[in-house]
Amino acid sequence: MEPATATLPSTDRSAAGRVFILRHSLAVRILHWVNFITLTLMLMSGLQIFNAHPALYWGATSHFSRPLLSMEAMEDNQGHVWGVTTVGSLSFVTTGVFGWSKGSNGNYTDRGFPTWATLPGPRWLAMGRAWHFFFAWVLVINGALYVTLGILSGHIRRDLWLTRVDWRRLRHTFVEHVRLRFPKGDEARRYNGIQKLSYLFILFVVAPLVVLTGLTMSPTMDAGWPWLLWIFDGRQSARTIHFICAMTLLGFFLVHIAMVILSGLWNNLRSMVTGRYVIETATAAGRQEHE
Amino acid sequence: MSEIISVRRRRLVLGLGAGAGSLLLGGCDRLSSLPQTQSVLLSAQWLTRGAQRALVGRDSLAPEYTRADIAPVFRANGTLDPDNPQYQALAANGFKDWRLKVDGLLESPKEFSLDDIRSMPAQTQITRHDCVEGWSCIGQWTGPRLRDVLARVVPKPQARYVMFFCADPMDHHGDYYYESIDMRTAAHPQTLLAYALNGERLPIKYGAPLRLRLGRQLGYKMAKYVMHIRLVSSYRPFGQGRGGYWEDQGYSWYAGI
Repeated sequence: MEPATATLPSTDRSAAGRVFILRHSLAVRILHWVNFITLTLMLMSGLQIFNAHPALYWGATSHFSRPLLSMEAMEDNQGHVWGVTTVGSLSFVTTGVFGWSKGSNGNYTDRGFPTWATLPGPRWLAMGRAWHFFFAWVLVINGALYVTLGILSGHIRRDLWLTRVDWRRLRHTFVEHVRLRFPKGDEARRYNGIQKLSYLFILFVVAPLVVLTGLTMSPTMDAGWPWLLWIFDGRQSARTIHFICAMTLLGFFLVHIAMVILSGLWNNLRSMVTGRYVIETATAAGRQEHE
Repeated sequence: MSEIISVRRRRLVLGLGAGAGSLLLGGCDRLSSLPQTQSVLLSAQWLTRGAQRALVGRDSLAPEYTRADIAPVFRANGTLDPDNPQYQALAANGFKDWRLKVDGLLESPKEFSLDDIRSMPAQTQITRHDCVEGWSCIGQWTGPRLRDVLARVVPKPQARYVMFFCADPMDHHGDYYYESIDMRTAAHPQTLLAYALNGERLPIKYGAPLRLRLGRQLGYKMAKYVMHIRLVSSYRPFGQGRGGYWEDQGYSWYAGI
């Protein structure tokens, strides 16, 4: 992996004020898109698996009468059916989305997540598991490659690790983000503190958690590595944490896409496909000559 | 000029991207129905099994729990009362006439009565049952180890799988529940032929009079209402050739995850 801020040869330089830099190395670009497809398939097939028993518990086993979260169809006195989502002791009507929604044949049916969110769309646990446990390997291999290459090339230390300046400016960066004002010029050459923190959080907290809680749900792994059950307080807790991790990844995904759009969709997209990223700076031309 | 081309190009690329995305997601449903897709995706189970064999010792034990952990109501799943007149007749008579037939690739085929099974050295263990649907329940199971039962019939070296044929009909085509496990799983110290749950004779909904219990796999592998055990070199000739009733419906043969 080349440094993320390497400048392309002078032929790629445009008019003064616009400088092309090599934002993402080829390895990062390939791994990014493999990860994008794999994570989408994992999320959707995971929701299909969740739908086979749309309830979460804490501890070793399922206390069916007191789930932490459940999505179910309930019939009232008039014979009308509602989708009801219960979190702890709070219940919400979620007809059409959670608990009771239109199936692939157009009729309402009792299912946790709706057809558009699951893979396959119709209720099909066997295929949901088949997709999930195939792409779990792709996800883990892809992630392991990213971390290995990222450490060897210095990408993680150089581009993701927070500098003292990043920490000092964190509050300022946060306020700027809330105002949807994004770094320009030289500052846009590298990731800002919030970006770095979110990538590191996903990479070194959520990703290991989602893999380990996934393994904890395997009865064979529980025999081999019983400490997994100890760490996560039982198989059903691991399933709950796995779900929370998946929702965190989904949240990251949505914020990431929103940020890509807000901070310059085309520039971001191009930089993740071709590697080229435009920096707009008044002094760019002058600065380039010194490099 | 170049600006216009660039805008057109952007629209084209975005359009292609959006199109490819929706095609991919729509296509995944159609892909799911293709036998080729299913067999490619399901082939990952052999990689998973290999990895788990490398990481987990042959005889490492599933965690055992205490009496306090036993579920007040153990969830019954699958067949709850076999729609089979012969089975119903056996049940009506307290399974006195029930016989477990054990044959196939072994030296001395035998038939066991329930009393024969009950008089064998038994093991009692409180283990967690994990359903493929995602829930778990803890119960106490009692019965002889499968490996002790097999020792009495002396398996031949060619035997690679143990098949279980059951009394519960699954559809109107005459398909009965069946399952298969490998010899490694059959030899595991927590693989039991259980005749009791929580200290009581196995109720019908949990698979009376005898069911398979595995410590390290999912519930669908643990055949209930077992009538006939056969040692084979391959499970291909049975059912649709995938090794079990649920495997024939597309579930993976390896159920360690």
